[in-house]
Amino acid sequence: MLRTSAAIAAGKLARAVARRRGGGSAMPGLVAERIDPKILGHALGGLPDGIVVVSGTNGKTTTTRMLVALLRAHGHSVFTNPTGSNFTRGVISALLGEVGLRGRPVADMAVLELDEAHALKFADAVTPTHALLLNVARDQLDRFAEIDHTAKLLAQLASRTSTGVVINRDDSFVARSADGVKTGVRVDYFGVDASIAHRLPELMEQDTRLDDDYVVPPAGAGDVLLKPRDERAFVILLGADGVGGSVGPVELKQRGLAAMINATAATAMARQLLGGSFDPVRAASALASVTAPFGRGEVIDADGAPLELVLVKNPAGFTVALSTYGSTPVRTMIAINDNYADGRDVSWLYDVSFESLRTIGVALTSGVRAYDMALRLQYDEVAVDAVEPDLAAALDRFLAARDGQPARIFCTYTAMMTLRRILAERYDLPAFGEEATS
Amino acid sequence: MSEESTKGEVHVVHLYPREMSIYGDLGNTRAMVSRLTRHGYSPVLHQHHPGAPFPEQAHLVLGGGGQDSGQARVEADLEVIAPRLSELAAAGTPMLMICGMYQLFGNAFVTVEGKRLPGLGILDVTTQGNAKRMIGPVVLSTDFGDVVGYENHSGSTRLGSGQAPFGTVRSGFGNNGEDQTEGARTGNVVGTYLHGPILPANPAFADALIGYAAELATGRPFEPGTLDDAFADQARTRQVRRLVG
Ligand SMILES: [Zn+2]
Repeated sequence: MLRTSAAIAAGKLARAVARRRGGGSAMPGLVAERIDPKILGHALGGLPDGIVVVSGTNGKTTTTRMLVALLRAHGHSVFTNPTGSNFTRGVISALLGEVGLRGRPVADMAVLELDEAHALKFADAVTPTHALLLNVARDQLDRFAEIDHTAKLLAQLASRTSTGVVINRDDSFVARSADGVKTGVRVDYFGVDASIAHRLPELMEQDTRLDDDYVVPPAGAGDVLLKPRDERAFVILLGADGVGGSVGPVELKQRGLAAMINATAATAMARQLLGGSFDPVRAASALASVTAPFGRGEVIDADGAPLELVLVKNPAGFTVALSTYGSTPVRTMIAINDNYADGRDVSWLYDVSFESLRTIGVALTSGVRAYDMALRLQYDEVAVDAVEPDLAAALDRFLAARDGQPARIFCTYTAMMTLRRILAERYDLPAFGEEATS
Repeated sequence: MSEESTKGEVHVVHLYPREMSIYGDLGNTRAMVSRLTRHGYSPVLHQHHPGAPFPEQAHLVLGGGGQDSGQARVEADLEVIAPRLSELAAAGTPMLMICGMYQLFGNAFVTVEGKRLPGLGILDVTTQGNAKRMIGPVVLSTDFGDVVGYENHSGSTRLGSGQAPFGTVRSGFGNNGEDQTEGARTGNVVGTYLHGPILPANPAFADALIGYAAELATGRPFEPGTLDDAFADQARTRQVRRLVG
């Protein structure tokens, strides 16, 4: 314990320094981890009501926020990693803000979003009591075997969870994880009601999802299903045909089918955790109150008018981003780089439909592949006013001509880092560290 | 637009859009349909799925890449439609087969374990499965000018003695990373490893295929419209400059 206290003290100091400098969120975690590699286990091991890991390719941050809101609405005090820093060091950094020197957070449960690889690293340090497995999508097109590999990582996470898992029943890659859970571990599913199952391909990659051997199982009493009413409102059915009641109708602050599915996933996990004390009325109001997370429409006050930065990194993610933000047309820029961290192959842009941008067009495309992006938009009959590969020059043009109107930039990872750095200098924003990788 | 007011119907067949169109290969179909329309023709798109009857009319046939699981699901259907595809190819029907479908259009695919899986034999190529993946951006010299794209394949393909390649590699691996050849071309049938997708960024190649298809469909020489390809030309020339200087 002494060692943990020393690690926490050093980490807290590093955190205070980093805050003053406006630095990243991972460094203090690194400092603390160096001094006490077991700090996670020491700090989180004793939480009485559970340690929940949320993992999968898309929607981790949103789902985690929703789950935390649901649990807090039911009176729990919940520790989470709120910045979207889905690496173990980010979790430790977040911990440093909330623990005393003895190392215990003032919480009775933890809900942590972790990417697939870090979820396993985390499980090495602390056994999760619960795991919520969202989906598997292609992230880096360069790495061919990734989907299968990612699915295996999630299956391993499920197999190392002690009490309960909640699994996406519509995603054959994720659904396989149910096979490996320990005996006695409860398995529940979330998914979509049959009435909208035809819309799932929008969110998934067809070429990899045609596993003939996989048939979506009939819904059980523990399963939780999404049933939209219209573009904005939906209900969440508890059990097949809502035999266990329902949550909603709910309208989220975030738009789009993906956000509704995230809400369904969070509800399924909350119901498993809360059991008999789960209250559908409280759940509905908690979901309705959740705001869009950082990096999924981070809003920067740029000369008195909002500028949104939206990270896009794969076809499913871009499609979700367009359905979430694209239906409120504002002045738009798209910045596409093809460095390793972006994915070197830009083919994936043709697996996204940009038709929702037709009404207002795109003011500028930028980045190393600015012309490829403009070409892609041309094939979807979206007007492009200008192409400027240089990000700084593009940002200047984009902001100069907007007349105080709100604006939005969709960008790949390294383009976002460059743009964010320029904006941070210009508008005196805190810099950000690992959080943008979520 | 009625058929009379256009230059004619052109039937485009996309083979196995669900199983075999990874890495944006759907963009090729989108590009062909859009360009045919802009050239003043009426494209009719047929999505051919396994087990369905092959469309009666086919003036242009497109196929893409897939994962192994996708490939396994189309093999039985491909055997059924093989005679029709060979007949169409012999009659001069333009076809573009990317990656996995390129391999299936060859003589055979030999697995790492040495198992020989026969292909359609429309292109005289043989592919050897190997552990090494060839991944990255590509620049080719072809009969249609510079062609850019992105390759991602583990199969290593060798051309038969009389088989012409699609292009010569200026940057990237190509068929096998050794002999500088990329793809294969027999008549109007082209096989290539290039995703990207290949057609949007390389309009000269796209229009060559459209030209063959239009002539076949209407019995008259291709009557191209005037298309603005400034974005495509910029995208392509910038890639060429980046990769080969
Ligand atoms: Zn390929």
